[in-house]
Amino acid sequence: MSAFGKQPNPQLNGHGELQHLLTIEGLPREMLTRILDTAAPFSEVAEREVKKVPLLRGKSVFNLFFENSTRTRTTFEIAAKRLSADVINLNISTSSANKGETLLDTADNLAAMQADMFVVRHASSGAPHLLAQHLAATGRDHIHVVNAGDGRHAHPTQGLLDMYTIRHYKTDFTQLTIAIVGDVLHSRVARSQIHALTTLGVPEVRVIAPKTLLPTGIERLGVRVFNDMREGLRGVDVVMMLRLQNERMQGALLPSTQEYFKSYGLTPEKLSLAKPDAIVMHPGPMNRGVEIDSAVADGGQAVILPQVTFGIAVRMAVMAMLAGS
Amino acid sequence: MPVATHLPDAEALCAALADAMRPHVDPAATALVGIHTGGVWVAARLHAALGLKIPPGSIDVSFYRDDFNQRGLHANAKTSQIPFDVEGAHIVIVDDVLHTGRTIRAAMNELFDYGRPARIDLAVLTDRGGRELPIAPTFCPHSLSLPAAQILALERADDGGLSFRLIEK
Repeated sequence: MSAFGKQPNPQLNGHGELQHLLTIEGLPREMLTRILDTAAPFSEVAEREVKKVPLLRGKSVFNLFFENSTRTRTTFEIAAKRLSADVINLNISTSSANKGETLLDTADNLAAMQADMFVVRHASSGAPHLLAQHLAATGRDHIHVVNAGDGRHAHPTQGLLDMYTIRHYKTDFTQLTIAIVGDVLHSRVARSQIHALTTLGVPEVRVIAPKTLLPTGIERLGVRVFNDMREGLRGVDVVMMLRLQNERMQGALLPSTQEYFKSYGLTPEKLSLAKPDAIVMHPGPMNRGVEIDSAVADGGQAVILPQVTFGIAVRMAVMAMLAGS
Repeated sequence: MPVATHLPDAEALCAALADAMRPHVDPAATALVGIHTGGVWVAARLHAALGLKIPPGSIDVSFYRDDFNQRGLHANAKTSQIPFDVEGAHIVIVDDVLHTGRTIRAAMNELFDYGRPARIDLAVLTDRGGRELPIAPTFCPHSLSLPAAQILALERADDGGLSFRLIEK
């Protein structure tokens, strides 16, 4: 749910350009397609002797990570550096937040240091929206906000890099059956994936999970729900695995991780029910032997490492589009 | 300034440009790099006409433009492709129309991110004037003077034929 209610999309400026990237929900298909199209030429930059283009020269990008994430922070950092921006990493869970400084106070201080962009990861859903609202209300809407994952709400760049990966291998979204498997309840990644897939016209999006790991009313997002993994994987083109969010698990939602693996772990045997050319994706970090068998994770159908590489190009595209808006 | 009523014949200029370049290129060692989009079409013609061995490269200068802060990122940026080793190469940058020189500067900046060429030349079909940087073509069979409000654009028909069109800004 957008913190802005029914207001015009706060992610777009008056010219319809991307001003912030807070969530995929509500972005038109043309915008998603444009981001994916823009990412393609950025992926070539990594092949050069000098893996840098000068677009964000002189701009300061602050990575504000109120929650730990090595991979996401690193890929944002590489993306910003390949755009020639100056990057400042702040792991705030170990910094001022412990001294009681709020998100907005932190941002105000960094804005006073001439920040041009905030990349925000926060445990509270809506934190990046709040920041964007605050910047607009204080006349600093030239500063752009990228949501790098907020609570259970959204992780839009992960959703976009997943779409880039699917388009790279499968070309046409309108011909695909795609299954999202695992801990949907706690997953901001799953929400971003579902919004992106339905916006891009995927005719059948399946969600496979035990009842205890499904949010109520998930069907309203336009997905088919399966509690039986074998049934749900039959004939799919893409299997998108989710990480079992152990650290978010409160109470006994599952009997044990071994039990979970038996029912919902992706093994070669279960994968064989999907189309023979199906690809397997995972946002990382993987729990081997919990949601995915090593034979699948390291197998020929896995595109998990290409996802990481594509993630840099997609984040470059997003940051370049924001900075140029 | 008189308005150009007769636009140059793009096909004839392609042939004239190839003739001008022929004595100065080594078919085994000279590499062409066309600038998207018109320059890529011209580079393909020159590559065939001159019988060059090295496949032509293409550059989209969207990531190197000097007006990014004013105009943002171009909506349809293409992937640059340089299918040869730039280090020590003799490269001819190919574009359709030379105007301010800013695109050529951006293209040279981009090329240097692939390596250090031994030499760069510039080949264009026509020079329409209006330079804003100290850049001059090495090979240029035609020139005309156009008011700043007009854009001279190269177009390609379905049958591959090239022609010029004048667009009012």
